[in-house]
Amino acid sequence: MKICVLVKEVPDAAVEKRIDASTKRLDRSGEKNLNPFDTHAIEAAMQIAEGGGADVEEIVAVTMGPQSAFRALHKAVSLGADRSIHLTDDALAGSDCCATGYALAKVLETEAPDLILLGQQSDDGECYTMGAIVADHLRMPSLTQVIKLEVADDRLRCERQAEYGYDTVEIELPAVISVGDAINEPRYPSLKAIMGAKKKQLDTKAIGDVGIEAGKVGVDGSRTAVLAINPPPAKAAGEIIEDENTSETVEKIVSWLEERKLLA
Amino acid sequence: MSGILTYALHYQGEFNKNSLGAVSEGARLAKEIGGESAAVVVADGSDLTDELCASLGRYGATKVYRAKAPEGLAQPVVDVMAKVIADEGFSYALFGGGLLGFEIGAGLTARLGAGVTMEVTAVKARNGKLVAERPILQDSAIVDVDYVSEPGIIIGRLNAFDAVESGETAEVVDVDVELEAHSTRATMVRRGEQRGADVNIEDADLLVAGGRGLGNAEGFELCEELAEALGGVVAATRAVVDAGWYPYAAQIGQTGKTVAPKLYFAAGISGAIQHKVGMQSSENIVAINKDPNAPIFEFSDLGIVGDLNKILPKLIEAVKAKKG
Repeated sequence: MKICVLVKEVPDAAVEKRIDASTKRLDRSGEKNLNPFDTHAIEAAMQIAEGGGADVEEIVAVTMGPQSAFRALHKAVSLGADRSIHLTDDALAGSDCCATGYALAKVLETEAPDLILLGQQSDDGECYTMGAIVADHLRMPSLTQVIKLEVADDRLRCERQAEYGYDTVEIELPAVISVGDAINEPRYPSLKAIMGAKKKQLDTKAIGDVGIEAGKVGVDGSRTAVLAINPPPAKAAGEIIEDENTSETVEKIVSWLEERKLLA
Repeated sequence: MSGILTYALHYQGEFNKNSLGAVSEGARLAKEIGGESAAVVVADGSDLTDELCASLGRYGATKVYRAKAPEGLAQPVVDVMAKVIADEGFSYALFGGGLLGFEIGAGLTARLGAGVTMEVTAVKARNGKLVAERPILQDSAIVDVDYVSEPGIIIGRLNAFDAVESGETAEVVDVDVELEAHSTRATMVRRGEQRGADVNIEDADLLVAGGRGLGNAEGFELCEELAEALGGVVAATRAVVDAGWYPYAAQIGQTGKTVAPKLYFAAGISGAIQHKVGMQSSENIVAINKDPNAPIFEFSDLGIVGDLNKILPKLIEAVKAKKG
C-alpha cells in the first residue's frame, strides 16, 4: 500500500500574520513551519505502517508552494515519510481553493496512492475543505475530521464527530481522509531523522510535469477574487489580569463577578 | 435561471437549525438578486415526508428537491446538487454552518469548477450578484469575496444565518439521481452515537467550560467544583471530548452545542474559531489561560493570564465564601 500525505508550509504560529494590501493575499514571508495539523496526518500514516493493519510500501509527502516550501517536506520526511514531492511553479501563485485542489489532484494522479491523508485544516488559510475537493477530482470516497482510523484489507473503518454525535463509516480504498487533531499525538523527530532528511529523495515538479493546465491555476484559474479587506467590527477590549499575586487576582475576579450580579 | 440552492440537513424527522438558517438566508438573497430559492433534501428512509419537505416553505424555499440516497455522508449529496444545478441552472449554492455543509460545498467546488468561500459570516447582494464576507486570520480581518463565474459556493459559519419564517409552503419535487461510483464506496455503519453521560448545558445560566489546558481528565474536578460553587454547569471543548475527558453532550462549538449563558467561564481553552462560534453570544466571558497570546483573550470580557491550577482552588473557596 502506498500512502500520500498532503502537507503545507505555513507562517509560524508566533509570527503576526498580515495581508499584503497590494495583492490582497496573505503575506507569507517571515518564519515558516510545517502546518502543525499535518503532523497528525503523517503520524497517522506512520501508525498504519507500524501497526500491521496494512503492508505499507511507502509514505510520500506532497506539497504545493513556493520554492521555500521544501523545508516543510524536510520536516515531513524527518517525521517518517520516505520521500517527498514539491509542486512549485510561478503559474500557481494566487491559486484559490478550487485551483489548488485541482493542482494537487493532478500531482496525486501521477502517484496513484491507495490512501491520501491530510490534516484537518491549514493553520493559515483555515479552509477545512481541501480533502473533499481533492477527493472529488480523483473520484475517491472521502471523509474529514476523522479521529479513529483502522485499516483492514482494502477497507478503512473511520470514526468522527458529526452534527448528531459520533459516526462510524466504512470506506473502500483508494480514499482521501482528513484527520482531526485528536487522532494521535505526533512524535518528535529524532536528531538522526532530522540530519537524514535532506538525503531522502525530493522530486520537484512544475505544472507541465504533471499535466496541469495553466489556465486552471493561479489568478486566472481562480473562481473567487478578494474585493476588499476590512477590519472586524470594533469590540471593546476586555480587561486583562496578569496573575502575579493569586490572592489579589482572585479578589479581582470575585468583585468583577459581583459587579455583574453573577454571584447572587 | 438565476437562483440560490441550499442544502437542508435533517435527522430523525427534524431539520437542523443551521440548515433552516441557510434556507432563510437563501430566500432573502434570492429576492434581492431576483431568482428562485430552493432547497435540496436527501434521505434513504421514509422520514422525509411531503409535509416535512413542504415545511421548508415557511423559511422561504419555493421548491424542495428530494432525492433518495444515503444519509449523513457528503458525496451522495454532491451528486444530487450537481444534477439539480446542471438541470435547473442555479447561480449559487449556500450551506449553513456544519461539517457536512463544508464537505458537500467542497465536493461541489471540484465537480463544477466553482469558486468557494467558507466560514462566511454575511452575504451581500450587489448588482444582481452575491458577495461573501469572510473573517480571516483568527478573525482579525474580514475579506469581501466576489465570484468570477457561476455557480458560486457559499459555506456559512455556524450560526451565521438566522432561521426566519417568511413563507408558507414549498412545492416538493422528487429527483432521480444516479450516484457516482465513488459516492457509493463509503457506508455509514453507525450514526449519531452519544458518548458519555447526558448533560444539559443549553439551559444553564452559568457555564464553566474546560479545555485541553486542564492537563487531564482529572482537571475537570476543578471545573465541577467551581460550577457547583457558582450554581452552574460544566461544559467542554471538542478536543477534550474527543480525548474522552468529558461527555459529548457537554461539548460547545462547531459539532457541539451553541450556548449564550449569562456567564461563560473558560478554563484552559485557547479559543479556536470552532469553539468561539458556539459561545460568542454569551453575556459575560471570563477566561483563564497561561498563554497570553491565546485567541480567547481577543473576545473575553475578563482575561486572566496565569496557571489555573493555582487560581481555581482559591477562586472556588472565595466564591463559596461569598455565596455563604
